[in-house]
Amino acid sequence: MHPVLKLVAQRLALGLLLLFAVSLLIFLGTEALPGDVAQAILGQSATPEALANMREAMGLNQPAHVRYFQWLGGILTGDFGTALTNGQDIGQAIGQRLGNTLFLAGCAAAISVPLAILLGLVAARYQGRWPDKVISGVTLSTISLPEFVAAYFVIFLLTQVFPIFQPVAMVFPGMGFWDRLHAVALPVIVLVLVVLAHMMRMTRAAILNVMQSAYIETAELKGLSPMQVIWRHALPNAVAPIVSVVVLNLAYLVVGVVVVEVVFGYNALGQYLVDHVAKRDLPVVQAVGLIFAAVYIGLNILADVIAIVANPRLRHPK
Amino acid sequence: MNAEFDYMLQRAARGLMSRREFVGRASALGVSAVMANALLSSAVNAQAVKGGVIKAGVSGGESTNSLDPAVAASPAPFMVNMLWGEMLVIVNEKGEVDPRIAEEISSNADATEWKFKIRSGVEFHDGKTVTAEDVVATLKRHTDEKAQSGALGIVQGISEMSSSGDMVTLKLASANADLPFLLADYHLQIQPGGGYDNPAAGIGAGPYKVVSFEPGVRAVFERHANYFDQSIGHADGAEILVINDNTARTAALQSGQVHMINRVDPKIVELLKGVPGVSIERAAGRGHYVFIMHCDTAPFDNNDLRMALKYAINRQEMVDKILGGFGSVGNDFPINAAYPYFDASIPQREFDLAKAAEHYKASGHDGSPIVLRTAPGAFPGAVEAAQLFQQSAAQAGIPLEVKVEPDDGYWSDVWNVQPFCASYWGGRPVQDQMYSTAYASTADWNDTRFKNARFDELLVAARGELDGEKRKSMYSEMANLVRDEGGLICPMFNEFVEARRGEVGGWFVDPNHELMNGRALAKCWLTA
Amino acid sequence: MRMPLSAIIGLVLTGGFLFCAVFAQFIAPHPVDAVLGGVWEPPSATFWLGTDTIGRDILSRMIYGGQITIFVALAASCLSFGLGSFLGFLAAVRGGWVDQALSRTVDLVMAIPSLIVALVVLSVLPINLTVLILVMGLLDSTRVFRLSRAVAMDIVVMDYVEAAKLRGEGQSWIIFREILPNALSPLVAEFGLRFIFAVLFISTLSFLGLGIQPPLADWGGMVKENKDGLIYGKAAALMPALAIALLAISVNLVADWILSRTTSLKGGRGG
Repeated sequence: MHPVLKLVAQRLALGLLLLFAVSLLIFLGTEALPGDVAQAILGQSATPEALANMREAMGLNQPAHVRYFQWLGGILTGDFGTALTNGQDIGQAIGQRLGNTLFLAGCAAAISVPLAILLGLVAARYQGRWPDKVISGVTLSTISLPEFVAAYFVIFLLTQVFPIFQPVAMVFPGMGFWDRLHAVALPVIVLVLVVLAHMMRMTRAAILNVMQSAYIETAELKGLSPMQVIWRHALPNAVAPIVSVVVLNLAYLVVGVVVVEVVFGYNALGQYLVDHVAKRDLPVVQAVGLIFAAVYIGLNILADVIAIVANPRLRHPK
Repeated sequence: MNAEFDYMLQRAARGLMSRREFVGRASALGVSAVMANALLSSAVNAQAVKGGVIKAGVSGGESTNSLDPAVAASPAPFMVNMLWGEMLVIVNEKGEVDPRIAEEISSNADATEWKFKIRSGVEFHDGKTVTAEDVVATLKRHTDEKAQSGALGIVQGISEMSSSGDMVTLKLASANADLPFLLADYHLQIQPGGGYDNPAAGIGAGPYKVVSFEPGVRAVFERHANYFDQSIGHADGAEILVINDNTARTAALQSGQVHMINRVDPKIVELLKGVPGVSIERAAGRGHYVFIMHCDTAPFDNNDLRMALKYAINRQEMVDKILGGFGSVGNDFPINAAYPYFDASIPQREFDLAKAAEHYKASGHDGSPIVLRTAPGAFPGAVEAAQLFQQSAAQAGIPLEVKVEPDDGYWSDVWNVQPFCASYWGGRPVQDQMYSTAYASTADWNDTRFKNARFDELLVAARGELDGEKRKSMYSEMANLVRDEGGLICPMFNEFVEARRGEVGGWFVDPNHELMNGRALAKCWLTA
Repeated sequence: MRMPLSAIIGLVLTGGFLFCAVFAQFIAPHPVDAVLGGVWEPPSATFWLGTDTIGRDILSRMIYGGQITIFVALAASCLSFGLGSFLGFLAAVRGGWVDQALSRTVDLVMAIPSLIVALVVLSVLPINLTVLILVMGLLDSTRVFRLSRAVAMDIVVMDYVEAAKLRGEGQSWIIFREILPNALSPLVAEFGLRFIFAVLFISTLSFLGLGIQPPLADWGGMVKENKDGLIYGKAAALMPALAIALLAISVNLVADWILSRTTSLKGGRGG
């Protein structure tokens, strides 16, 4: 077997194992939360009989390991169960909202990733000169602003002073692509501001790190322009750290944007989770937690695979 | 009729002048109030513009909501249900009972048996005709404990329900002169077959049909073409968007994403007034912002402690700072001058630190912090109000600890569950209904756990009392019982402060509930 | 090596913030929870930065708010660093199953988004400063673990560590005498970044209603209290927001400077 394939297969297997362990952790973690679920649902006026019935109906009387495998088996067959609070099918609700989450993350990534890398390259090219200082200064300020502050500021600026966009970013089935884009414009802007700096700074640092190598000097001696040197020689060798930070931020765009969703009323997974955390709707919390973990692990595997493939020593085995 | 009157009439009809202002100015021109109102009504209907999609941005919805009218409690489901649903009767903006599905109402002499004649030709959204059986089945479903109906306390008083032809007959266990008012409760939307098959189907006889409903996000409606009352339901479509964030909701109104919003924070009223194309609508109603203690849970099971807290709240400061002056001070019972039989002679409870300290000492409380739960969405300014309360209580040596809960889940996990929290009541059209809903010992929504035998006795007696003077004195005694022994701290009665855009026509003040008793989307229209 | 201007600015501002935080009780002109003026009054001689949503002095609340914000963030960062770097070094020095066990556990915890863990945990536990610090510190220690393990891995293969091992020094000697001094510089820089992250995190929690409980407020909570005025040009919410940003920037400048002196170890920063 080709060593690259072997490494990739190893990483995949490890990822699956990790995902399995995470499912166990999520299940046990939520189980360990203080308080009784049946009591939480029925409220203060619950009679002992009603509590017993509810526990029976929810299968709470069975031992934990039995329930864990029932839950896991359900998820593997696509059955996430029903929400305790309003009896909605969780899989269906999650399906739609996960789509919204990915749409928002995708839009933000499509803008922020190329922009961050470009800015990083420019900053590295003009290291220590004014473009570097301006880029670093601006991105430093955007990373220093809490998301909700950026959100309100953007609402103020782009819906009141310059009424270009809508403050409420809900999207619905049947909405056209352009309508959707217009609707999510403000959250996308906020998210781009938030993730840009991190990726840009890492790109710049990684490029500068590579620039100190001997082969870069050789390339410079060959008479290539600085931008050519960066583009052809430095960037390919800095791929691994750049990819890892990009992936980290992609994961953040999927799993960490609760605040932005809440402010803009965007109906995606984060807000759905927060709603149900407050009501201790455990099946929903477990399901969404697992999905978020799967996204995170999946993206990390992707980063590893890209790093493996991008590594010349592994690509061309001796 | 001169040109000035005509001009005013047009302005009022287009919603640019309030009804009250119009009637006042008309009287200055020598036109009687009755005449002015009648003219305005016809002018309004002549003005109404058909078509378009009218949208409201609403605070108070969760992704755990349902279309089942029995369990509706927060503002968003209330308004959603008021659009697709229709009730037997509704209370109008003047506080009178308007017939809806019931065409005629009559009772026997002692108000123990009521007859409702069902309007013929009213159609559900699924094409079926509304029958007397549907009405009886609906009321029956709400008596079922499993339905968890917010109207359980109301329908429990009906001992016998029957239908024959187009007549519904309700027999009461004890006399109740206010029954039609009770049946205007927003949980009692008439559903086909009573909604037994699928309570959350969202099929009713209201002016708009549900097209799609995503809990906590949005409800989309289209006009019910065969709606029996052609004077409302002007727009082709309606939408209710749940926007819980205050800033985003206001911004959505200003940018035209929605046409009207509920619950404008009084702090920003002055600021919002300056925005072109937006007008603020105020309605002084029966709604009150409250802090509620469970009378059966320590330490609130001690009346001295309750009294201490009641004396330790600075009501005027609350009205000034929390309501921005848009309201009036409360007196620790849930009734104000907007109700019939209100006793204005009950002395106002004052802010009195000495008395508060005295009662606190007498309560023998151990001095540990008393946890007061609140949330930004409990009522506008609820977090700040709790902090003002904490401040004034501290001056009397009463340690309050304010705990801010998240908005999501507040009405299911904190209100009516935790022993001391901030809350909000929209009020009811008559005293009996307010007390029956939340202060009778057996009421589901007895959120102060107030259980008083004398009070329950008076409540039943007053209900059947046809002598106005006697009834008033009974209500007065009840008010005093709640005021001096209950778990309600009522610092203020609020006004509904809402806002709409200039293109919204047909707006009038309805003190019954938010956004014109939940029907603003049906009664207003969009001018071009 | 001359100190760059940006580092000096960063140091001075960071020092200023720390000073205000430590001596808040003496500096603040008004009590933190006293209602003294009207709603959203503009800056005046009495209220230098104006008043907030119920008429409290913004400057005083910001000074006290800074105390809480900085204290919680600092305590959480210290916890995450003590725990994370110790375990990270241990994993690097011991290698083998200890490394595997620790690293996989950290992978596991990091796979679940920390904001979600925090939301779930804080929705069931009583919210007080201790719980907040513990939750934030523990969640963040996973990231410190990764960094310190990577840094230590580079150091473990150095000659002087090998020499110490040959001399027969114990593991605690190697960790505290050989690795720690050499890893200090990137760790200090990372400490700065983690501290900023903690400041932003506590602000976010307060914004969601699960952070500092009123009438105390951290800066994030103050933004939330005053945000409704923002779209009408009432600056009350901007002040604490600016304070958060300014603190983050100045700490960042210091961290950048420290980091720039240790470029050789930069590769060890893994987010």
